[in-house]
Amino acid sequence: MMASAKMTSARMTSVSTPRGAAAVGLVILAVAVIAFPLLFSSPVVTNYAVYALIFVAVASAWNLFSGFSGYISLGQAVFFGSGAYAVGIAAKDWHITGTGVFALLPLAAAVGAVIAVPFGLVALRVRRHTFIVITIAVFFIFQLMAFNLNSFTGGTIGMSAPFLPWSPTTFNDRFYYITLACAVATVVIAVLTRRSRSGLQLRAIRDDEDRARGLGVRAMRVKLTAFVLSAAITGLVGGVWFLYLTQVLPQSGFDPLFDLSLVLMAFLGGLGTISGPVIGALIIEPGQLYLTIRYTNGYLSEILLGALFLLIVLFMPRGIVPTAGEWIRRLQSRGRPAVPAAAAPAQQASDAPAREARR
Amino acid sequence: MARQIYQAIVDGILVGGVYALMAVGLTLIFGVLDIINIAQGVLVILGAYLSYELSVRIHLDLFLGLLVTVTAMFVIGVVIQWAFIRRLRGRERTSMTLLVTYAVALIIEGVLYEIYGPNPKQLNASYVQSSVHVLGFYLSYIYLYGFVLALALVVAIYALLYRTRFGRSVRATMQDETAARLIGIDVNRVAAVTFGVGVAVTAAGGMMFGATNAFNPNSGYDLISRLLAIIILGGLGSIGGALVASVFMLTLESLVTIWSPEWAIVVFYAALVVVLVIRPAGFFGRQPVRAQ
Repeated sequence: MMASAKMTSARMTSVSTPRGAAAVGLVILAVAVIAFPLLFSSPVVTNYAVYALIFVAVASAWNLFSGFSGYISLGQAVFFGSGAYAVGIAAKDWHITGTGVFALLPLAAAVGAVIAVPFGLVALRVRRHTFIVITIAVFFIFQLMAFNLNSFTGGTIGMSAPFLPWSPTTFNDRFYYITLACAVATVVIAVLTRRSRSGLQLRAIRDDEDRARGLGVRAMRVKLTAFVLSAAITGLVGGVWFLYLTQVLPQSGFDPLFDLSLVLMAFLGGLGTISGPVIGALIIEPGQLYLTIRYTNGYLSEILLGALFLLIVLFMPRGIVPTAGEWIRRLQSRGRPAVPAAAAPAQQASDAPAREARR
Repeated sequence: MARQIYQAIVDGILVGGVYALMAVGLTLIFGVLDIINIAQGVLVILGAYLSYELSVRIHLDLFLGLLVTVTAMFVIGVVIQWAFIRRLRGRERTSMTLLVTYAVALIIEGVLYEIYGPNPKQLNASYVQSSVHVLGFYLSYIYLYGFVLALALVVAIYALLYRTRFGRSVRATMQDETAARLIGIDVNRVAAVTFGVGVAVTAAGGMMFGATNAFNPNSGYDLISRLLAIIILGGLGSIGGALVASVFMLTLESLVTIWSPEWAIVVFYAALVVVLVIRPAGFFGRQPVRAQ
């Protein structure tokens, strides 16, 4: 007990300085991110940034449900594509033009959420690996519907977005800030969810669903809420993506590679962490975009994506953030001989499960 | 109209036999290794391309060529299991293997695109185009031969599982891996061979698929999602379930095609969703004692 009390006070003092440094770092990061389009005005560069931010948002939204609960979804494109189509169809049918289309984004979020309720009620009843397969099946249903419901979705021709009266020089910059707002908002929602009671319940479900249920967690309700929240965000970002690209096709709105990319981003960064999917998206999406632009047939990027995925899953299954965190902790403990020798193993032993739970 | 419906049922059963063959491999792999092999779809397409090479380059008969392609696919399966799947351990193993096999599928698909491009190919032989008129039904030879082949292979797998010593160790591993290990079964060998066998049947499935459909490297997605629907409907790990579900699903699809070809495939997945709402473990699946 004595040792642990001493330890806590020691940690309190040691934490305050990194926290101050983190705050300064955050401010610098915020300034850099906001000033980015001013420094790099080339639309080629901002195009990369817009796509990266779109994927930061959707990967974080994916992680909000799948990363926290351990139910890997390969059907997130259902919401992304539906959000895009919702904006396109509503703008066409209600004759909305110009910047008024942005008023349709809440509709895109609502469509995502409304689809997620029956989807979740069916898919979340089954075991975890069956869940993955059902998400794939639902995904294909939606892609086929987008192809087949000609009068509604435009079939193979897809939908076009209304023209935005923005000059080509500022078009990308404006979308940079829109997608930045989406990305930041999603990360904030993810942080709040993680800290909330239901965030804890989600992670309890991930660790042992039956035990969580036994302790009084209403598993279905918690899972469904997170699933719907994740779907609403993804639907909204899908709407933004559609307005940026000005076009959606069945195979681009409902793209199997989209789902796999999200999973890869979260795994690369660290499943269930906040910064993991952000870092993963910032690394993978620009790389993928570069390969697609460079080699127009796209097969090479597919091979590389698969190979990268294999490497990560086999050699760094926990992702960059947890692995790096472990290295930093190891370095710190090595450079701190002041910790009493007897306390060190005790600290490790008592810390490990707590850290595990926080992840 | 009645004639059309009977014809659709006959077609559904014949095509269902071919799907059963591919689905049995998939469900066998799941039953023994607890792995959902997403690459199964693209491996079928790889098998079709192998048959294509043999028939175009050295003019080998499609069915004779199977001797080569089945062996090749067996080796490919063992290599995939040995290189990637064997290493995965721990709590999230099933989910991880799903992602790993998805990645393998992407790589194979990309390589096939690099070699063959996106233009569809089809396998050809004298018996692919012609058909026979039996009891008022038009039965195409390729479907008849394919059905017989599928039946023979499924019986062979059944015999392997229930009539041999190796089959007994496979079934023991399916029941309880730890206990199987304790009584001296080489579980790693069982896993490798089972994965090999599960993948080897895709060579036969691929030949049949390639002879009856135009295919390109992308066809694997459509195929794997159908196969997954079938094995989940039948109950994961249940070989009999896979057989029943294949015939059921393909008959259903072929019946709906009479009215609306575009919607037939949606019915396929909708049926899966409906069945899972009623029975989350599928037709013949064991109800989980403890949800994972």
